[in-house]
Amino acid sequence: MKLSETIKKHRFLFEELTARDFKQKYKRTVLGMGWSLVYPLLTLLIQKLVFTRFFGDMTPHYTIYLFAGNVVFSYFREATLGGMQALLANAHIFSKVNVPKYIFVLTKNVSALINFGITTAVFFLFVFIDGVPFSWSFFSVLIAMVCLMIFNLGMGMILSALQVFFRDIAYLYDVFLTLLMYLSAIFYTVEMFPEDVQRLFLLNPVYCYIKFFRVAVIDGVFPPTEVTGLCVLYAALSIAVGAFIYKKKNHQFLYYV
Amino acid sequence: MKIALKAEHVSIRYITGDFKDIGLKEYIVRRIQGKYKVTEFWADRDISFTLYRGDMLGMIGANGAGKSTLLKAVSGIMVPTRGKMRINGTIAALLELGSGFDGDLTVRENTYLRGAMLGYTREFMNEQYEHIIRFAELEDFQERPFKQLSSGMQSRLAFSIACLVSPDIIILDEVLSVGDGAFRRKSGDKMREILASGVTGILVTHSVEQVRELCNKVLWLDKGRQVVFSDNVNGVCDAYENFLRTGEISLPQSP
Repeated sequence: MKLSETIKKHRFLFEELTARDFKQKYKRTVLGMGWSLVYPLLTLLIQKLVFTRFFGDMTPHYTIYLFAGNVVFSYFREATLGGMQALLANAHIFSKVNVPKYIFVLTKNVSALINFGITTAVFFLFVFIDGVPFSWSFFSVLIAMVCLMIFNLGMGMILSALQVFFRDIAYLYDVFLTLLMYLSAIFYTVEMFPEDVQRLFLLNPVYCYIKFFRVAVIDGVFPPTEVTGLCVLYAALSIAVGAFIYKKKNHQFLYYV
Repeated sequence: MKIALKAEHVSIRYITGDFKDIGLKEYIVRRIQGKYKVTEFWADRDISFTLYRGDMLGMIGANGAGKSTLLKAVSGIMVPTRGKMRINGTIAALLELGSGFDGDLTVRENTYLRGAMLGYTREFMNEQYEHIIRFAELEDFQERPFKQLSSGMQSRLAFSIACLVSPDIIILDEVLSVGDGAFRRKSGDKMREILASGVTGILVTHSVEQVRELCNKVLWLDKGRQVVFSDNVNGVCDAYENFLRTGEISLPQSP
């Protein structure tokens, strides 16, 4: 009840802030929006050209394998980098007007979410072209998408709070993102590693979401409960920690901006 | 009479220090070395006052007296470190009007965004938009980026959007000194009209004359401490003007 009232009350603000974020981000250019779609496709193309020689032979539907990794990782990257700016970029607003601060994280996530939706559609087009046989398990990808969305929101909250307290977090996070990309088995397969090491990959949330995509689409089966459970768990954990920080520090952000 | 706002022994602590600039790496280093320091700073100490519905409070005090911080506690942007702030009704806070606009958005877009921040609905803004632009005398600038406006025009727009409010409690932080002479007169009239409608108000200003004219209660702050809260507006204003000249605080006898 209370949440729906809050949403109703702040809907106008949410819409206006989203519109503003879009205008700021794309500077009213048509290509601006298109470019953020080209980026994951370009990454895909380059990885395909470079890595097919090394990993292509042992991985069936290697293009789709790569694409699944890129869809998930691009969304994670874009949403969290955007979400991280949420508080600092809007400090001039929340230090003057009493508005719920998580609304800024939400609006920052909208454009990334739209890109994610479009890229996923293109992904399934590729799945069709590449001749992956249809399976009802394709639809289970929706579970991973929703979990990933919540996970990214939570990470955005955590990062934006951190950035208020420590300004250099943007640089550190940039380094972290690069490391995480190499750890997410985007272009290689974890089967190259011994069994024990393979399990360690599941500690990486982004890898879990990528894995879910691949199992549901390429293998054509519903992902094992273990993977699904972890996807849900990571999302719940991330949003819980994010919400906790926002609740706890809500009135302290002001001192640091 | 109904209480609109009651501050009970409100104290607000700010933390300051060099933590804003150091970042995570330096923070960890300083923590290890034990050199990390934050300075606490009491912006307001033990402030108590009560406003009834329809009261108009004038808040006076030199720069750094803690007025703005107290207003932030009233509007809910900050919470008191100690004490309580009780509020009955909705609040519209017009703090530092000119800031918070986005330079790259047009006048029209900024108007809607600001309206949204102040808690209006889209329907309400659709209805009022023409009126706002006309009052701000910006008819020819609606599609211009905000940054191309002169600062006078910017504050005119800010004022026009802000004065649509019909809250229970209104906070006016230096808003009566917007724009050039003609607009100042117009905005002053508009403000008096709003105040005459029976809202509870808090007026922060450096102009003692405005306090004498508009307020029935006065709160004088000095370096975060409450010098006096009184309904003897003229007496306190005299004492304050005397303080500004001589630097001595001598309060009037209670009438």
